[in-house]
Amino acid sequence: MAETLDFLRDSPLTWVFVTLAAYRAGLWVRGRTHGHPLAQPVLVAAALIIALLAVLGIDYDTYMTGGGLIHLVLGPATVALAVPLHRQAHHLREMALPLVVALPAGALVSIGSAVLTVRALGGGDALQNTIAPKAATTPVAIAIAEGIGGVPALVAAFTMLAGMLGAVFGPWLLDRLGVQDRRVRGLAMGSASHGVGTSRSLHDSVVEGAFAGLAMGLTALLTSVLVPVVVALL
Amino acid sequence: MINGILWVLGCQLVGEVLVRSLDISIPGPVVGMVLLFGVLSLRRPGSESGTLRFSDGLLRHLQLFFVPVSVGIMVHASEIGQQWLPIAGGLVFSWAAGLVTVALLASWLTRRRGAEAEVRG
Repeated sequence: MAETLDFLRDSPLTWVFVTLAAYRAGLWVRGRTHGHPLAQPVLVAAALIIALLAVLGIDYDTYMTGGGLIHLVLGPATVALAVPLHRQAHHLREMALPLVVALPAGALVSIGSAVLTVRALGGGDALQNTIAPKAATTPVAIAIAEGIGGVPALVAAFTMLAGMLGAVFGPWLLDRLGVQDRRVRGLAMGSASHGVGTSRSLHDSVVEGAFAGLAMGLTALLTSVLVPVVVALL
Repeated sequence: MINGILWVLGCQLVGEVLVRSLDISIPGPVVGMVLLFGVLSLRRPGSESGTLRFSDGLLRHLQLFFVPVSVGIMVHASEIGQQWLPIAGGLVFSWAAGLVTVALLASWLTRRRGAEAEVRG
């Protein structure tokens, strides 16, 4: 019996299975809540796995023998983001000037204000570097944080929170600003709240969703170029 | 499908090698994304292409692939508890600042372009 338990704890298969099952449960919760922005499958899955590991007394490194196999696919999935960007490429010319000016300005403000606010409220360097890339889509933000000494586990959480802020409060804030142009609303949602904001935009209007997807892809690129520079300067 | 997997993994591999040999701080997969975008723009594959189907499959379940990283929060729980104020303040303020900047700049630029077109037309 003890041998069987040892096998279960040490086999990567167990943790791959647990991760898939927890994610499946997350999809179920999202379905039951009709896609509520707070019901993100990754959050439900992570909460379930953390609870299971705590109950069984398993540490994170043991979990990662299997979790690492799923984590490996994050790289190719990031590369695959080129496909939706390719599908939106015909919008590039239509909105060339706003794209070239507004998106880099937005990325700069987002990174700079994140670093400065965290510093002003007493957060350390590691926290500043972790929060700086949070406007980029999660896989890219994780890769950026890994590169500049941030904490990848926390950047995943911060990025999801930035996405949820957008999905829940983004349209309200854009109404307050009096922005009615669907293309502009999409750009703002995708640049501040990546994929989670994009799915809300898509729900509101197809045009808004397309521009949100485009802004998400370009902001991911801009953020990975700008974060190391801004962090070094500030 | 195998061709699609090869294109995606190949772009990432080239990206990872490029950032290391040129010593730049952009993540390898992001460079891979730019490379794949270039490949798609040049080859213009049809909707049945393996590259598109493999990528769509990965993206449909994108959140699955950051579950393992997110579980790592368990290691940092006490840190979050101690630093909740800079975390919450930084997140909310910089999110709003970024959104407002893009929304106002982009609507000003599109309105200006619209006005110019009217004058010319």
